[in-house]
Amino acid sequence: MADSFFFRARRGLSPELEDARVHIQSIAEGHGLDFFETIFEVCDFDEINMLASYGGFPTRYPHWRWGMEYLQMQKGYEYGLHKIYEMVINTDPSYAYLLDNNMMVDQKLVMAHVFGHVDFFKNNLWFAPTNRKMLDQMANHAARVQKHINAQGHDTVEAWIDICLSIDNLIDPHAVHTPKDPAPRKQAFADPRLPASDYMDPYINPPATIAAEREKAAQAAQAKQGFPPKPERDVLGFLLQYAQMTPWQRDILEMVRDEALYFVPQGQTKIMNEGWASFWHTTMMTQDILTAAEVVDYADHHSGTVATQPGQLNPYKLGLELFRHIEERWNKGQHGRDWHNAQDPRERAAWDRGTMGGRAKIFEVRKTHNDITFIDEFLDASFVEEHGLFVWERDKKTGKFNVNTREFKAVKKQLLFELSNRGQPRLSVMNANHANRGELVLSHPYEGLDIQLDWAELTLGNLSKIWGRPVHLETHIDGKPTLLSHNGNEFSNTQREAV
Amino acid sequence: MPLNIDKDLYRFRHIVKGRIRKDLKRFMSSKDMIGKEGNQRVRIPLPQIQIPRLRYGENPSGVGQGEGEGEGEGQPGQGGGMAGDKPGEHALELEVSLDELAQIMGEELELPKIQPKGQKQISSDKDKYTGISRVGPESLRHTRRTFRQALKRQISSGTYRGKNPIIVPIKEDKRYRSWKPTTQPMSNAVILYMMDVSGSMGTEQKEIVRTQAFWLDLWLQHQYKTVETRFIIHDAAAKEVDRHTFFHTRESGGTLISAAYKLCLKIMDQDYPAQDWNIYPFHFSDGDNWSGADTSVCLDLLEQQILPRVNQFSYAQVESQFGSGQFLNDLEGKFDTDDRVALTQIPDREGIMNSIKELLGKGR
Repeated sequence: MADSFFFRARRGLSPELEDARVHIQSIAEGHGLDFFETIFEVCDFDEINMLASYGGFPTRYPHWRWGMEYLQMQKGYEYGLHKIYEMVINTDPSYAYLLDNNMMVDQKLVMAHVFGHVDFFKNNLWFAPTNRKMLDQMANHAARVQKHINAQGHDTVEAWIDICLSIDNLIDPHAVHTPKDPAPRKQAFADPRLPASDYMDPYINPPATIAAEREKAAQAAQAKQGFPPKPERDVLGFLLQYAQMTPWQRDILEMVRDEALYFVPQGQTKIMNEGWASFWHTTMMTQDILTAAEVVDYADHHSGTVATQPGQLNPYKLGLELFRHIEERWNKGQHGRDWHNAQDPRERAAWDRGTMGGRAKIFEVRKTHNDITFIDEFLDASFVEEHGLFVWERDKKTGKFNVNTREFKAVKKQLLFELSNRGQPRLSVMNANHANRGELVLSHPYEGLDIQLDWAELTLGNLSKIWGRPVHLETHIDGKPTLLSHNGNEFSNTQREAV
Repeated sequence: MPLNIDKDLYRFRHIVKGRIRKDLKRFMSSKDMIGKEGNQRVRIPLPQIQIPRLRYGENPSGVGQGEGEGEGEGQPGQGGGMAGDKPGEHALELEVSLDELAQIMGEELELPKIQPKGQKQISSDKDKYTGISRVGPESLRHTRRTFRQALKRQISSGTYRGKNPIIVPIKEDKRYRSWKPTTQPMSNAVILYMMDVSGSMGTEQKEIVRTQAFWLDLWLQHQYKTVETRFIIHDAAAKEVDRHTFFHTRESGGTLISAAYKLCLKIMDQDYPAQDWNIYPFHFSDGDNWSGADTSVCLDLLEQQILPRVNQFSYAQVESQFGSGQFLNDLEGKFDTDDRVALTQIPDREGIMNSIKELLGKGR
């Protein structure tokens, strides 16, 4: 399927574009960027809207959601609300799409930007476990779902996909980085044997009885331990392993989990990834590529990408500025113990050891960090002040948004909180045999924000459809410990004892 | 070139259409919808179909960036952690033209198409300025054509000088607009709304009438090229008012329904000869008439004068806690088998849809 699309859409780059590609690629390589082979496709806006609704992949399984997103893109494009400039997917070789009627300077900008992204995909460690042949896998998923649809009926399969998608955020973002638990060691139990001399042993400690008693002890230990033995963050993986499902249902759930895991690093590195790509397009465009005639258009379009709506945070802008900030600091040697001990702002402002280690440092950062560690390590007070970051707060009475504080610590804390677990509640399976009735208990450690109740009701209902037994969620509502339950028919919301 | 996505798009549209149909019931009694009346298109705010997930409620705070001095006009900032593949919370508005809306309603209520009265097409003569002629009154002179003609003539005769381009039209150059009488088939309709505004009709009752009138308008406008509307309010006396007054007047006092019917007759006599117009009187009341004597006057008026002229006479009784609702029974007693009379009762907002079906279901 994938082939058929590319066969149709593939238009060789025009000689002009091909020249630009070769030129920009060599410049990028000259700067030390290291990327997969990158294939540029020229698409018209309909095709690019379609690709964007599919998340960049030409073939996805049939689902109404893509149609909805396409409709929005289309409307947005028609009304001139937005226009997709660039899209690139994390595969090897990497595919990037150019909009056919863009200006030449835009195409160059996009190419430079794309090489930044592909370098990031290839080198950032968080992307390391992703499947670089995802293009094929997505197409396989499409074929598998189509097969199930043919066998089960469209409505049945679609309804099941909706159910699975409803919990596709309940994955462990680090699952791909952590090896599976090794098989649990056999635990040693107190030996039930009584002391006896050799010849009496079979009579005093009959082997059958000893074995039975060992078995009993093991069972007792396991019962005490509970199941799963420790909280399981990978709810989807847990369900996949233990829930009762028909094979086609399991297949779809597994597929939804695979795709969700594939997109995890993009969520984890949004700021860095866009920042890195923007850093390189600005660097290359202004230093190497632009002709005098293109400067004004470039400036116009670049400013559009990094423009900050009043009061909003633009990941392109934040990432770009932070990378520049890091480069400058390491160029001036503003790091290490001496720097941290220096308290005098004047001394800090004038600090320049001329170490010029900035470039090397940002390459290192792009390799080892994700958004959380990136912000945690490099967002400092001077940056927050310089770029006017603040924490906003919604006034409950007026419904207006006000600046709450510009204090560095508060800004950083808020930002890190939003980035933690990609801004979503962190849930774990605590007990799969609640009340010895096979009921599933999830727990949500309370971090100050309530879970949205109406959606929780629907989602728990979906979970109980997958699990087949009642499902409970321990959380807090309005600061009070609450147990949300769904038994497949009804939702209930009861206060519980704080643990 | 068909795109792969077309199937998904079709699927989504299909689902959404189902939603509109389900939601239509709700919209039929919703106020905001009517507020948009008069526009060519109605925006139905359609909640984007979202897949529920366990997630936080609305963020009470976030990080923004800007120059904002003290009181920055912040918007909820896009959290940096937003994954690109998760849709934000937008309300998707589906635009439906009034015509499409009428169509959806027609399908939903299984309303029959209206057969214009009398089968024979009523035609009207109208002058249309479509052609050009060489003779005509100066007031209809086509200046551009005239100028072009003069220019052509001067160039071909060699009197045109580029350096001093003066064009002087002579009599033969002049061109005039000309007209042709055209006959147009006409199926015009007039809706005559009558409403009881006596003390017993409360705000809630009026709101129901308003909503119902919107949908009636919509349907008849969908069926006819031009639809005129006239409004009559009555308590013990009747008077003609504009749309706004019709829906917002609150009077008190008794009820003489015959007064309204007389006025309605007068308007039809003056402006809407029965042979040229499809006439639809709608009468809304809580069914409380002043006296039995007046009721019999009404019934006579209807039978002898109004019914012969109209396509259909509709009476909708809005339930109120004060009204006795006797008038509906009286009408039923007399016209139960008459196809020209449609009667309905609206118990509450929920009943609007049913009553529309009853009123328009005859396809007259």
